[in-house]
Amino acid sequence: MVCQFCKLKEATVHVTEIADNKVKKVDACAACAKEKNYNDPAAFAIADHLLGLGAAQKMEEASEAVGTISCDQCGYTQADFKKSGRLGCAHCYDIFSDGLDSVLKTMHKDIRHRGKVPAGIQSALKGAHRLQSLNRDLQVAIAQEDFESAARLRDEIKAFKAAE
Amino acid sequence: MIPPDMSILDFLVPASEACLRSGPHDKIVLSSRVRLARNLRTVPFPSHSKKAERIKAFETLMPAVKSLSLLGDEIFAESMDKLPALDKQVLVERHLISREHAAKNAGSGIVLNREENVCVMVNEEDHLRMQALRPGLQLRQAWMAIDAVDTALQEKVEFAFTERYGFLTACPTNLGTGIRVSAMLHLPGLVLAEQINQIIQAVNKLGLAVRGLYGEGTEALGNVFQVSNQMTLGEPENDIVERINKVLLQIIEHEENARLSQMEKKPAVLLNHIGRAYGVLGNSWSISSKEAMNLISFLRLGVDLGVFGKTPKSLTDELFLRSQPAHLQLAHPLREKLGSDERDLFRAQMLRERTALIPKPDPQALLGRREEGSPE
Repeated sequence: MVCQFCKLKEATVHVTEIADNKVKKVDACAACAKEKNYNDPAAFAIADHLLGLGAAQKMEEASEAVGTISCDQCGYTQADFKKSGRLGCAHCYDIFSDGLDSVLKTMHKDIRHRGKVPAGIQSALKGAHRLQSLNRDLQVAIAQEDFESAARLRDEIKAFKAAE
Repeated sequence: MIPPDMSILDFLVPASEACLRSGPHDKIVLSSRVRLARNLRTVPFPSHSKKAERIKAFETLMPAVKSLSLLGDEIFAESMDKLPALDKQVLVERHLISREHAAKNAGSGIVLNREENVCVMVNEEDHLRMQALRPGLQLRQAWMAIDAVDTALQEKVEFAFTERYGFLTACPTNLGTGIRVSAMLHLPGLVLAEQINQIIQAVNKLGLAVRGLYGEGTEALGNVFQVSNQMTLGEPENDIVERINKVLLQIIEHEENARLSQMEKKPAVLLNHIGRAYGVLGNSWSISSKEAMNLISFLRLGVDLGVFGKTPKSLTDELFLRSQPAHLQLAHPLREKLGSDERDLFRAQMLRERTALIPKPDPQALLGRREEGSPE
């Protein structure tokens, strides 16, 4: 069977698509399938192999959840992710985060980091958390009409921001 | 400082010296390793980056790593394209770089310290794969060493990190801590007692992987197994290290018990394995690396059990290392790439010569022990 797009090479990717209640059959060569973004189902097996059984299915679900998103910084696509089981750059973790958690659940103890934090970020995080909690306390104090505490908190926030 | 044109083969200590390193529980635990995966925040991961981006990462990271005072003055640092294939293979056989990294060329690099216990791979699957190695069971020490290197590097470069996912890695299996804690174990007792599969299953259930000699997808040659963590996210590094340490102590106990019970119940079976290994290694004229490693494993067991008098275990470890293809080629007078038939001949010659240095096995070491315990 010849590829229906280039009509030159042998079709090796066969996909049955259901769109708008119509069944559409696609027979394409590997190059055209990649270009047209028809995913080779065999590629899932690689993910299973790399990431453990069940990961491929989760990844498929994940990519369905994010649709046809690609990373605006490195151009990585969901198809790349499915095929290789790897991400393209740090920013991909923001782009693909919606579907990623279900994948991470199959392979890790939890989906939140509990280990080492770089020193610079640690102090920034501490600062952000401290500011958040001071602001929260301030709101509570105002709501309770505890103006003495509110004034103290306001000064503390002002001093904290100045020190940053 | 080392001369700039020094080859890695001259930098590395000879196999005989490398095998002298010793540590706690090293009858069973050959080595401990902790590796961390890190990436630069602003450059795409190596597998997805263009050549110019890989070079940029390389040019940022190599000087940063080289300038770490923790690594000392005498370090070996080189771009992978400058290393001949043989040199790379020697590094793989010394477990200093991965097989994947050995396939890398321009844009990838290696930094190794004088003690050969900290090795950093630049642009492997991640921008940085840095590892600390220690002989015997020393996971905590290895973790502390590589943690210090990581902390020092963070003052020089900015790593990809988010509060939610931790350190970002090319493969989500390494996400979070980016840590891989592993130990290489020699478990002939459990293999002989046919308990090894049970142990592997139990270890797997604890979320740890058991692999062969050269990591992922390799065979457990010479009864050597590698145990490592699989999960990297959702748990602090210390917890992972401690959990594996605990599991390893249990495996050590099982292996010791398996050896003792074989000695008590089936000393003849043990002596048969050890004696035949000694006989074949000392008298063969052609031997494959697989057969050699399996036999050397029994020789090492014999040394551990005192069957070979005062022969040090470093001698059998050296045989093990020298049986590997690149080490053989290195020892060959012509240093030429050997065909596999020539290699088997040369391996047999090397093993014959060195086995001749080991005294004949003394059965009394095993049998005598049993008689001591039994009433007269």
